[in-house]
Amino acid sequence: MNRVALSDSGGTNIRLSFLQARLHLDGVLLTALIALAIFGVAVLYSAFGQDWAQTQQQIIRVSIGFAALFVFAQIPPRTLRRWAPWIFTLGMVLLLIVIAKGVIGQGAQRWLDLGFFRFQPAELMKLALPLVVAWLLADADVPPRATRTLLALALILVPTTLIAMQPDLGTAVLVAAAGFFVLFLAGIGLRWIAGGAVLLGITAPLLWFFAMHDYQRARVLTFINPESDPLGAGYHIIQSKIAIGSGGLFGKGWLNGTQAQLEFIPERHTDFVLAVVAEEFGLIGVAQLLAVYLVVVGRGLYIAAVAQDNFCRLLAGTISLTFFIYVLVNAGMVSGLLPVVGLPLPLISFGGSSLVTIMAAFGILMAIHTHRRLWA
Amino acid sequence: MNKPAPIRDQRRDARTIRSRIIIAGLLSVLAIAILLAQMVRLQVVEHQHYATLSHENRVKVAPVPPTRGLIYDRNGRILAENRPSYQLVITPERVPDLDATLAALRQVVAISDSQLERFQQQLQRSRHFEEIPLRTQLDESEVARLAVHRHRFPGIEVNARLVRHYPEGTYSSHVVGHVGHITREEQRRIDRAAYRGTQHIGKSGIELAFEALLHGKVGYERVETNALGRVLRTLERHPPQPGHDLILTLDSRLQRVAERALGDSRGAVVAIEPASGAILAMANRPSYDPNMFVEGMSRERFRELEETGWQPLYNRAIRATYPPASTIKPFVGLAALEHGVITPEKTIRCDGTYRMEGRERPFRCWREHGHGDVDYHRAIAESCNVYFYDTAFNLGIDRMSTFLAPFGFGKPLMADLEGERSGILPSREWKRGAIGQGWFHGETVITGIGLGYFSATPLQLAAATATLANRGTIVRPYLVETIRDGSNGSESRIAQTTPHKRIELNDSTYWDETIEGMRQTIAHPRGTGRLIGHDLPYSFAGKTGTAQVAERGDEDPVEHEQRPEHLRNHALFIGFAPIEEPQIAIAVVVEHGGSGAAAAAPIARAVTDAWLLGDLDQLEKLEAGRIDASAVEHEGGAPPGSTP
Repeated sequence: MNRVALSDSGGTNIRLSFLQARLHLDGVLLTALIALAIFGVAVLYSAFGQDWAQTQQQIIRVSIGFAALFVFAQIPPRTLRRWAPWIFTLGMVLLLIVIAKGVIGQGAQRWLDLGFFRFQPAELMKLALPLVVAWLLADADVPPRATRTLLALALILVPTTLIAMQPDLGTAVLVAAAGFFVLFLAGIGLRWIAGGAVLLGITAPLLWFFAMHDYQRARVLTFINPESDPLGAGYHIIQSKIAIGSGGLFGKGWLNGTQAQLEFIPERHTDFVLAVVAEEFGLIGVAQLLAVYLVVVGRGLYIAAVAQDNFCRLLAGTISLTFFIYVLVNAGMVSGLLPVVGLPLPLISFGGSSLVTIMAAFGILMAIHTHRRLWA
Repeated sequence: MNKPAPIRDQRRDARTIRSRIIIAGLLSVLAIAILLAQMVRLQVVEHQHYATLSHENRVKVAPVPPTRGLIYDRNGRILAENRPSYQLVITPERVPDLDATLAALRQVVAISDSQLERFQQQLQRSRHFEEIPLRTQLDESEVARLAVHRHRFPGIEVNARLVRHYPEGTYSSHVVGHVGHITREEQRRIDRAAYRGTQHIGKSGIELAFEALLHGKVGYERVETNALGRVLRTLERHPPQPGHDLILTLDSRLQRVAERALGDSRGAVVAIEPASGAILAMANRPSYDPNMFVEGMSRERFRELEETGWQPLYNRAIRATYPPASTIKPFVGLAALEHGVITPEKTIRCDGTYRMEGRERPFRCWREHGHGDVDYHRAIAESCNVYFYDTAFNLGIDRMSTFLAPFGFGKPLMADLEGERSGILPSREWKRGAIGQGWFHGETVITGIGLGYFSATPLQLAAATATLANRGTIVRPYLVETIRDGSNGSESRIAQTTPHKRIELNDSTYWDETIEGMRQTIAHPRGTGRLIGHDLPYSFAGKTGTAQVAERGDEDPVEHEQRPEHLRNHALFIGFAPIEEPQIAIAVVVEHGGSGAAAAAPIARAVTDAWLLGDLDQLEKLEAGRIDASAVEHEGGAPPGSTP
């Protein structure tokens, strides 16, 4: 449709490699992701106390994740854009069903049982929300005007509130973050950002007193002073810091981390897996891991920058930044910079459904890059 | 401002977004830098501090497994308990030379090859600082010997722990079931956190069906350990919550009586309290000792158990289905009375055969020359086939199966045990669904004497008999009477609270007419069950049944006693007593036992005597003077061509 725009947006001389043109995969991203996955399996083998059976499970999940990536990479962004409002509607309906089930008396639930597998609608929302906000904002000039911005905010707040009601505050914050990234990338003005900050300052105390559960408050308090509760909630952070600190520059070696192997690190194969990395591979290992993550995000932002329309730019940028936020929040939590929020380290932590979501998102990212039109 | 033009200023848009992407990229690098700085602080600047902490890190969280709930019978007798058992465990990390130690240990206590094999398997799976059991069930002298030699074996310890024990042994083993080691498959299925520190899980019977209640909640303790992981002291303890105790409806004495009455024969006895549906006894033969499974048995021993060929692990009472044979006659009779096909007074002539149009060979009565003119009472008491062939034919399959369904045929009845079979209540719909054929009249005729496709579990027969004893009130059989909370002792009954459904007849005297026929079965000198009618201090209604296993040829009648065992008939009996105020309803099946009158009825009498008279000595009487089977004629023969 926008022939003019294409040539104007610097998309000249697009050359796609075989991998990109035929399989719609991006070599740089794929290499980095495979490296992360292999490293993750090795770390988990150690974190599981060398239990091969559980490690195999992770291999299966990673494989499913890569399959999802491949499938999503084949979908042209145009199609995705057309589907965006419907995917979002579906996500909302599923979320409402989960909430309704909770109200009807099956207690708090995050799952929908589809018979052959269990499905978490919040996972779908992680993709659906940036899709729909990007769809909304790409329909007009950026930066968006006030009405459109307010509409986008409403689209963000409704599902976020529903997810927070489940209650799953961690996921709610992340889904909201994805929505805000789209707005940010679309260039909304400083006054919007400042206004949001002020609003957050007002609602935070309200959330604290009225919306947060005791365990959530305990996590924040523990973050402020972990030593106040060395056997309770603070135990996680203390043990995690001991593991990281004792790893030193070069680490204790693979399978040799005493904190990990003697089971001092809590949740060592899920949320706190980075502590195992830090203990066994040292600062060198952590730095390398973070460098690979930075490569992934950098490539994602590059893809966003060279994308051919606003929808693709916003979506690619948001996927990259959301992924980065996962890494950042998890690493910050494990190293004691942020409160414990219960978030896995992407591609390294043991876990199924969020892994598939992340890989699907990378599939979309690759689709954006490899379905570009080839005219110069 | 104008409305957005169809062709927008894409260049400006791209610039706007790109500038934001650059800002985001810079912020990302900054964030990574902050993270790295924190890592440098922890891993380089404060490394010494944390290294020391790590070295001194001795506080561990250890699971404290809950004690499994106990299982009692209705009188508070223990059916499943936890007994201390001593086991020899090895911590590989602390053993300098594992092979030498194992060899030396075998000099001190007996360790079989299979035990050694299991140990080696676990060694692969476990962490080197974890204890691995080598020998279980050490006896006192072995414990003493190990104590003497202890200094020779570093890393070897003797632990006392609670192990499931079934004091009743082979009695009631099918109902109570057993626990066994958690297998890898089960590991995948269960909540691993809830089973930390627990080695056993319910495998069958009540132990399996009520696993969630019996297991309890795992506790934790924080312990301080030395450098080798040995526990020095406990800092904090969250005690586990013991599992719930279950009080069953079974009477273990009656259970013993029933199982011993079955003796060496194979079969099942189910006794139900008609008023409530409580199962008083559910006996199975052959049986097995559940204690063998608790710590696992050798492969040879398991094969031995399997190779008897009689499936001793099988709960026949709910999982085996048999043709009900003549025991179905009272129920078919009720249906016919209700639908006006017969009256109690109406007689039917039995000359030993029943001919049907279009069929060359006649259906036969078990009595070759017939019963003559039989009325309803005689038809039941003497189990006349011809009477019921005719009655069933006139009733028709649809009315028959519709009437029989509420008695519990053709569907599982109980929630308390897994694996209950539903049996088959034949009907047009069933046959079309299962076999894909239409219904034939000849099949109606043999369904009327409980043969053909008809099959039922002993439990279904007992439950139907209980409904008959209740004159129509349907009770649901159950096994678990009370659940007692292991931590505070509070009890909750899970017996049914919903009101019982009823089978209402047009004329309630039909019940009494049918029951009168069953009374005469035992009390009348010509009744098929007269053998157990001697010296009967209470009123007893019963019905015998004999299900043919091999076809009886017309030309070459092989004497039944001379047949190989697996071709002999199944013997059945149903009954209840006393007639006026029924306290027990019973069903007995003896596989290949011969005739219902000779093989099954005496077992029922032994059980009802024990229950109503409290006469547990009756059993010994029965065993001493084995009743002469040849004194009773066989009845309930199947028509030629039917394969029950």
